Amino acid sequence: MSFLSIRKLSVRLKNGPPLLRRVSLEVAAGEVRGLVGESGAGKSMIGKAVLGILPPSVQITEGEILLDGTDLLRLPPKESRRRIGASCALIPQDPLTALNPSHRIGPQITDRLVDILGWTRTAAEARALDLLAEVQIVDPVRVLRSYPHELSGGMRQRILIASAFAAEPKLIVADEPTTALDVTVQKQILRLIAGMQARHGTALLFVTHDLGVVSKVCQNLSVLYSGLVVEDSTVADFFAGPRHPYSAALLAATPKYTDPDAGLHPVPDAVIDAVRAEVAAFDKAAAHG
Amino acid sequence: MLDGRSVIRRRAGSRLWLSALWLGVLFLVALLAPWIAPHDPLAQDLFLARLPPFWVAGAEPGYWLGTDSLGRDVLSRILHGARVALLVALLAGSITCLIGATLGVLAGFLRGWVDVVISRLIDIWMAFPPVLFSILLIAVIGPSLTSIIIAIVVIDWTRFARVVRAEAMAQGAMDYVASARVAGRGRVGTMVREILPNVLPTIVVLLTLEMGIAVIVEAILSFVNLSISTDDPTWGGMISEGRTSIHQAWWVLVFPLIALFLTVLAFSQLGEGLKDRFDPVLR
Amino acid sequence: MADLYTVADLHLTLADMTAKPLFGPAPRIEILKGLSFTIPKGAVVGIVGGSGSGKSTLGRALVRLLEPSAGTIRFDGTDITHLSEPALRPMRRRIQMIFQDPMSSLNPRHRVGTIIAEPLRLHRMDAIPKRISRALDHVGLPQHFATRYPHELSGGQRQRVGIARAIALEPNFILADEIVSGLDVSSQAQVLNLLERLVADLGLTLAFISHDLSVIRRLCQRTIVLHQGRIVEDRATAELFANPQAAYTRELLEAIPLPDPAQVWD
Repeated sequence: MSFLSIRKLSVRLKNGPPLLRRVSLEVAAGEVRGLVGESGAGKSMIGKAVLGILPPSVQITEGEILLDGTDLLRLPPKESRRRIGASCALIPQDPLTALNPSHRIGPQITDRLVDILGWTRTAAEARALDLLAEVQIVDPVRVLRSYPHELSGGMRQRILIASAFAAEPKLIVADEPTTALDVTVQKQILRLIAGMQARHGTALLFVTHDLGVVSKVCQNLSVLYSGLVVEDSTVADFFAGPRHPYSAALLAATPKYTDPDAGLHPVPDAVIDAVRAEVAAFDKAAAHG
Repeated sequence: MLDGRSVIRRRAGSRLWLSALWLGVLFLVALLAPWIAPHDPLAQDLFLARLPPFWVAGAEPGYWLGTDSLGRDVLSRILHGARVALLVALLAGSITCLIGATLGVLAGFLRGWVDVVISRLIDIWMAFPPVLFSILLIAVIGPSLTSIIIAIVVIDWTRFARVVRAEAMAQGAMDYVASARVAGRGRVGTMVREILPNVLPTIVVLLTLEMGIAVIVEAILSFVNLSISTDDPTWGGMISEGRTSIHQAWWVLVFPLIALFLTVLAFSQLGEGLKDRFDPVLR
Repeated sequence: MADLYTVADLHLTLADMTAKPLFGPAPRIEILKGLSFTIPKGAVVGIVGGSGSGKSTLGRALVRLLEPSAGTIRFDGTDITHLSEPALRPMRRRIQMIFQDPMSSLNPRHRVGTIIAEPLRLHRMDAIPKRISRALDHVGLPQHFATRYPHELSGGQRQRVGIARAIALEPNFILADEIVSGLDVSSQAQVLNLLERLVADLGLTLAFISHDLSVIRRLCQRTIVLHQGRIVEDRATAELFANPQAAYTRELLEAIPLPDPAQVWD
């Protein structure tokens, strides 16, 4: 039984077009699943739906989000919030805005442990120090007393990772966590996330637009186009040869410096037309029940 | 997203039109006051003192909103008072805007020593207490319409200069300004063609706010008898006089207060509405 | 082949905006610390580096949006290092730039047609409507896009408008500053293909700034690697990838996640 299991989840803009079209996927404990697609494909929307932070302009129209076997969508809002808070965490995209600029780092990690999970302040602070050491921050005592603006982007992302793992969550959603960083820093952060995830046995949902990143940190992946999962596969199988023409085209568009002629091919119009037709056919079938 | 946009547009639309309607009517009324006012606003008649408005028992036909303690017609005085209010709003508002916005754009876009000089001037200027400053000014040059307008301009240009400077600076950091320079546009050209259209919404909002503020300042100065001669009807003067007879004749206070309130509100709503209308992203 | 740009011992300092002393000017930080290189006519040169390497500052110095504090920049034989804005104006037509964020580099209040026409009018070029329509053709946008506003376009389309505006002036040199970093991979590939074709068709010289070595590998014949305001490597791209000399170049190369699970990341 997977820790997170999404079944036929559909989400639409209120009085607007569908954003997710019967998305199903599983993430087991200790597994990393990549959610891949171009902007607007709905990959971040899945993470938001799981964490219960969909914007108010968006509504869930059908489906189930099973967390450890319980459907979050059938629980009273307060109970589902409690369960999400106790077992899930987020690593956000932008380390510059994700930390509150007017508070020191320390309380931003420990407050949640103390206020929501009922830890003692001493225990929470000890835990924060351990975590900062685990994300390889030198001089963690000083960093806990710093304000966000005193730290570099890479440092802040490390802190956000430490903060995500603080309460030993069963599931972490990472939403493009390295997009804002330099490649050299990205490499360090990705290895850090992968290492911590493996050590703690966490289920990880990794949202990214970069197939290169997927090949480094994920075991499985779902490729989305316009809210439709067009391919669900293991990383080994996918990179050996994608099954869906759209995901094959996406792979061919990804640059590959070792083989300059292989990457950066635009997705052919025929492929776009075909996958659009697929989406239209899906909507037609859905309209007829 | 589309949905949200049309909601904003509808709201912006109604508040724009309602406030424009009120101000348009007020403008016409002010222009035509001598012809449409039912009575001479200065004519006193102690036999007709403190007549109530038309729906209250004891009202006299022809005196729709009643009379004050000297028997002057309240409606006629409000209509004539609109002339002073609007004149001050338009003149003080636009002169303040012209001076403040020009200095603000210059400082924010040209930066360097121009910015240093203008910013220091603003800092020093803002250190003076404004009310004291205006009372002092009027005491020196004497109470008149001109001195009210000068007082408002002298005090409030810094508000424009500061906000517009910050906005011009933010716009100046955008790449389309750099791209205008790469295209070969000079500094003045860039300022007029690229910066100005993008700070204009801010200027419009400030201008309408300033007009509302000017109406209030005029009323306050009239209230403390520092405005134009006490005989000429002004809303502030009426409020001040009405205050003394609030228990015998509430209408002398309440009607000019309503006129003042609606006008100031209309100015600020007009600004918000125009800003949304100007925005090509929302339009 | 003659050199279009000759840059010698270029230094550039900027005011430190984080420090605000009560009196006197803000302290200055040295961003570029003595760069020397050339860009031959017709070449496509990549400039790569991490954040804070000074690559964007270098770009803005080349197109003289910034004035160097020391050293010289010669463009086609003319020393443009300290030329005043009026003296630069005739050069501006020949030196164009495409910006990273097309949303902020296209004035939101102007239509696409106006955005492309603007530089043409400034330089008093003739047959402006014809030039606009040719520029739209070149970048593969339909003619009716001239009446649209930037916010009505997709990211890839906006970047094409930025390119159309630059090529409409028929410049000799174009600087492209991170122009594909905000785009999806498929738009990225389209824009790069377009640029590659335009360089060949119009005989342009191109400097392409990017943090992404994979993109540089595809487009550029030569690559300059910047690190902390200094050039650490400047060589033919193929050689640089096959046998990187500087430690920083190796570090950059090894950090790129290839779309290949077999690549080992140690």
